[in-house]
Amino acid sequence: MDTFAALAHGMAVAIQPVNLLYALIGVFLGTAVGVLPGIGPALTVALLLPVIYKLDPGGSLIMFAGIYYGGMYGGSTTAILINTPGESASMATALEGNKMAKAGRGGPALATSAIGSFVAGTIATIGLAFLAPWLVDFAVRFGPEDYFALMCVAFVTVSATFGDSPIRGLTSLFIGLTLGLVGIDKLTGQARLAFGVPELLDGVEVTTLAVGLFAVGEALYVASRRHHSEEKLEPVRGSLWMTKEDWKRSWKPWLRGTMFGFPIGALPAGGAEIPTFLSYSTEKRLTKYPEEFGKGAIEGVAGPEAANNASAAGTLVPLLTLGLPTSATAAMMLAGFQQYGLNPGPLLFAERPDLVWGLIASLFIANVMLLVLNLPLVGLWVRLLAIPQPWLYAGILVFATMGTIAAKPSVVELSMLAGFGVLGFLMRRFDFPIAPVVVGLILGPIAESQLRRALAISLGDPMTLLQSPISATLLGIALIALLAPFVLKGLGRFKANED
Amino acid sequence: MSSGDPARPPRRVDRAGIVIAALLAGLAAVLVFDARGLSSTAMYGMGPEAMPVVVACGLALLAIGNFIDALRGNLPARESADPVPVVLILIGLALLIAIIGFGGGFILATSALFVTTSAAFGRRAILVDGIIALVMSTLIYLAFDRLLTLSLPTGPLERLL
Repeated sequence: MDTFAALAHGMAVAIQPVNLLYALIGVFLGTAVGVLPGIGPALTVALLLPVIYKLDPGGSLIMFAGIYYGGMYGGSTTAILINTPGESASMATALEGNKMAKAGRGGPALATSAIGSFVAGTIATIGLAFLAPWLVDFAVRFGPEDYFALMCVAFVTVSATFGDSPIRGLTSLFIGLTLGLVGIDKLTGQARLAFGVPELLDGVEVTTLAVGLFAVGEALYVASRRHHSEEKLEPVRGSLWMTKEDWKRSWKPWLRGTMFGFPIGALPAGGAEIPTFLSYSTEKRLTKYPEEFGKGAIEGVAGPEAANNASAAGTLVPLLTLGLPTSATAAMMLAGFQQYGLNPGPLLFAERPDLVWGLIASLFIANVMLLVLNLPLVGLWVRLLAIPQPWLYAGILVFATMGTIAAKPSVVELSMLAGFGVLGFLMRRFDFPIAPVVVGLILGPIAESQLRRALAISLGDPMTLLQSPISATLLGIALIALLAPFVLKGLGRFKANED
Repeated sequence: MSSGDPARPPRRVDRAGIVIAALLAGLAAVLVFDARGLSSTAMYGMGPEAMPVVVACGLALLAIGNFIDALRGNLPARESADPVPVVLILIGLALLIAIIGFGGGFILATSALFVTTSAAFGRRAILVDGIIALVMSTLIYLAFDRLLTLSLPTGPLERLL
């Protein structure tokens, strides 16, 4: 079969010593940065992007794969040992894992999350390898109007459907869309929103936005509420290894978590929160030890961790086949591709199969490396967690600004970084989600150019959007997804009034 | 930004929310104003000015939505925030930008940011932190400059190396 041949070819690329070294460095850096409290996988990728942009595309994408999975693993270590999930998808892990660590079972908690991540990551990557070619066959038939409709679905699902408030999610999205307008219009060469500043003609750099919003914003936010609580690091006591009982209680949650994570991640709906919480509630319902839930049940770590990793691999399906990022991390991966002028999508599979399949094969390798490296090295990661907070955040800020200084050492760019930091701080304080801003900045210009291309082909007739069955269906889905939360909220209010 | 007053009673007009709504409306106005200066050259379909107007309409609608939320006091409860560390970090960033802008170089600039951030998080040992920062940023500079051959801005300190 084609997939096997392609995957074997990818393996041949990934297994070259240089590429293995890249994967190893990626896994190591990803875990080291991801383990720092408050830094999720998206920020890990964003921080390390400028560092690797001198490498060739193949090698750096392979390093990416390692950084991605390493960042995920590091995030769950933090969630278990100090109960500060770097992202909402690790919240379920923190719930049970931190209790386990407090009860002296931090070792098994880390082990089940590492092995579960490995199992889920491997199964989900196989799923990716088989689903991707099939989706690519489908996607080559997409016209510009269909792409535009697909982006509309992504816009709505990323911002409106799953947040607490669709209005705040959409507000974030539109801030991102506004930032995406800045710069020279590609079709006519006219400057938009540049206000005569030459640095703005190139548009807003995705890494500057992401690092500003995530890293600088987070540092400001944590500093502003430092007086609230002190984080407490749980030492890893007792055995690192899982007992027979732990294995027996873990393997089914791993598989069930994978079943939740991969399909939901692969849908252009985004977010690992839904599958992790689905997995958590399912395990809570199915467990033989319901009394342990909330006090450190191993199922509550195994399931959500597997779901989290599986959905991370799942988000690579729309990213690689359609060029559609549905999470902040996927958006950063897309920025990484764009750094080399590569546009993920059906064409990339045809033009650079070595790159795409090398990346997919590297995901397998990164997974194995993480399993082998992380448990023995857990002592090292714990030591990273013990860095005093002032130095930790000072270091994060130095590292964050360093990326921008290395890429574009201009006063304007650095001021933008600081400005986005303030924006990120305010958005955290007023509870606006951050990922839609990044997705809006990346997808906004693409959606616009697809729409304009579609309208140019149809000689300006907007009905072209409804005449293509694919586009009409997708726009319908987008509309339903946009209106559903408002309707449901209305129903909820109606009910509340009745009571 | 308002600080202080934690656990504000719900269902009260949220002043910060009104400011947010006003800012969104202002942004929409800027978009429309900027789009008016663009000339449509597209023969068919939409020119460069169409998308900004669409985004501006969206922002205007969201400004109204946020305004209603603020009037109803629907914003989630906020914990009190301490403005001092935030201002300190922002001073650090301003110092970094100024030092880079005036050619002070990478090492001095990042050291200034390190020390102010560390102070914002409660450290008072400015001298020790300053030495740590200088050593660390010098090492980073050397690693980037020599190993990765990325060029970082140079100043008086970098020229000595």
